[in-house]
Amino acid sequence: MKILVCIKQVPDMESKFTIDGTWYNTSDLAWRMNEYDEYSVEQAVQVKEQVGDSDLTVLCIGPDRVKETMKKALAMGCDRGVHIVDDKAAQRDPWEIASMIAKFAGDKEFDLIFCGMQSQDRASAQVGIYVAEMLCIPSVSTIVDFQYDDANVTVKRELEGGVKALISTGTPALFTCQLGLNTPRYPTLPNIMKAKKKELLSLQADDFLEVTAAQETTEMFFPEKKGGGLVLEGDPAELADRLIQIIKEKTTVMG
Amino acid sequence: MKILLVAEYRDGNLLEGYRELLGFSSKINAETVMFLAGSADSLPDFGGTLYLADAAIYGEFNPAIHKGLLTEVVAKEQPDIVAFSHSSYGWDLAPRLACALKVPQISEVVDFKDSLPVVPVCNAKMRRTVKPTGSRYVLTLQAGAFPALEESGSTPEVVQIDGDYKTDITFSGYEEAEKGGVDLSKAEVIVSAGRGIGKPENVEIVSKLADKLGGEYGASRPVVDAEWVEHNRQVGTTGQTVSPKLYVACGISGAIQHLAGMKKSEFVVAINTDKDAPIGEVADVLVVADLQQFVPALVEKL
Ligand SMILES: Cc1cc2nc3c(=O)[nH]c(=O)nc-3n(C[C@H](O)[C@H](O)[C@H](O)COP(=O)(O)OP(=O)(O)OC[C@H]3O[C@@H](n4cnc5c(N)ncnc54)[C@H](O)[C@@H]3O)c2cc1C
Repeated sequence: MKILVCIKQVPDMESKFTIDGTWYNTSDLAWRMNEYDEYSVEQAVQVKEQVGDSDLTVLCIGPDRVKETMKKALAMGCDRGVHIVDDKAAQRDPWEIASMIAKFAGDKEFDLIFCGMQSQDRASAQVGIYVAEMLCIPSVSTIVDFQYDDANVTVKRELEGGVKALISTGTPALFTCQLGLNTPRYPTLPNIMKAKKKELLSLQADDFLEVTAAQETTEMFFPEKKGGGLVLEGDPAELADRLIQIIKEKTTVMG
Repeated sequence: MKILLVAEYRDGNLLEGYRELLGFSSKINAETVMFLAGSADSLPDFGGTLYLADAAIYGEFNPAIHKGLLTEVVAKEQPDIVAFSHSSYGWDLAPRLACALKVPQISEVVDFKDSLPVVPVCNAKMRRTVKPTGSRYVLTLQAGAFPALEESGSTPEVVQIDGDYKTDITFSGYEEAEKGGVDLSKAEVIVSAGRGIGKPENVEIVSKLADKLGGEYGASRPVVDAEWVEHNRQVGTTGQTVSPKLYVACGISGAIQHLAGMKKSEFVVAINTDKDAPIGEVADVLVVADLQQFVPALVEKL
């Protein structure tokens, strides 16, 4: 069985962001694996462990630094990495990214493809579904439970309010993974060492990009601070006194 | 400008989200038509043309088929924009339709600036204005971003829509959310733990504060996903919606899906080490502090 998992490297969301032109400044940021993709990688590794005879590829598009994130996926249990080297990846729209993935996957006959349901920075929730549509295979988005049994897949798709839709399909198929799907493993030291020896193929973006962007970012900005909320800083004990005073004045809960 | 709105139907009921879609179309002054895969027994409060696909035939959730039916409506109506809610139904179907129509999709629109959609970036820390190529595009609207249109008591002119499309998945029903335990919606005070609590042992710091204030403790999703707190205490779109007199968010960044569940709280206190955390937007008081120091200090003084 052939499995593909597509991952993205994103900035740590607690970073202090600044804007450079029409995108956020990418220097001086801490980078990590998109949170949703950690669940995809874990799910892909779990299926691989379940079926035994399989080959699991992790794919990532981005500049050189994404290799660090790919190494984590390899240490979690992916067999090989494919890095599509693209310094402009951050600015590419979902249509371009999905086209590159579909171009890569088109002739490889993957049985299962996993993506995160969205990325933490753009949060478009488009790429995975586009890839499936481009490859003309079924896809189920936002899964919180995944069961594989002899080319049949049964999943739970999460809806509002915590309700789930029960869905099944055959392979090949693509799934976009939601938070809480599983418990992503921490790479162990021996697995981190092993990952260093795994194949990590670098390919050039130009060989995969055959479309032009469907949309363009014309401006990036910080939202106006609307809330006139009070910001308290300083010594915890003093802050506690002030907060108690405020809660007494503004609410009735301590009356 | 013409817009096609896609309403939603689940478990035999029309969902209310279409009122926000209508609010959006009226804000941008667009001529409006609507699509619904639902039932004639449960029609939207809308006076225009409604293309109705019978959910008894075409399913409530059947993206391949709904996509096919929608392409027919688009061919007939030639809308400039097709608008969905950014909901589990919308974010799934919108890209399928965009791909079929070969038009751009813009996700989770929160505003319109000089006729261009504005969307959040990095957990709403920033925003960007997006310009689609071509003249037609698909978009999804963030829940709550555009006020719902007031009730008008209208009835649509229904046009039945049919088509022969194949499905590639089997949808076999719904599983209800876990129920039981606490009913947060009745609590006057809720103190919630976010990922910022760092470790499961720290749930106690938060629950102690809730106790002291005579309320209940809740949690954001990562804390529930990690199984540090049970699901029936989760606040947000996929958990509970609450409106206590006092909501204290401890180590919660303020993602839109969390805010959706608590923004109707009367008074919000946030405790966060990050002064720029988006929770600051809805907080009446933002205490910039490490919760592990601050919350015990607060409990001590109560
Ligand atoms: C379809 C969908 C549905 C979702 N439904 C929900 C939902 O119902 N409810 C929900 O909550 N989320 C939901 N989410 C997830 C949501 O997008 C966020 O990922 C989540 O709310 C983040 O939780 P958090 O704020 O606890 O964690 P984070 O975003 O990681 O934030 C942690 C915060 O803690 C602060 N912090 C760190 N250390 C400390 C410290 N020592 N002291 C004080 N502060 C500290 C940080 O500055 C940060 O602001 C959903 C997501 C999707 C896509």
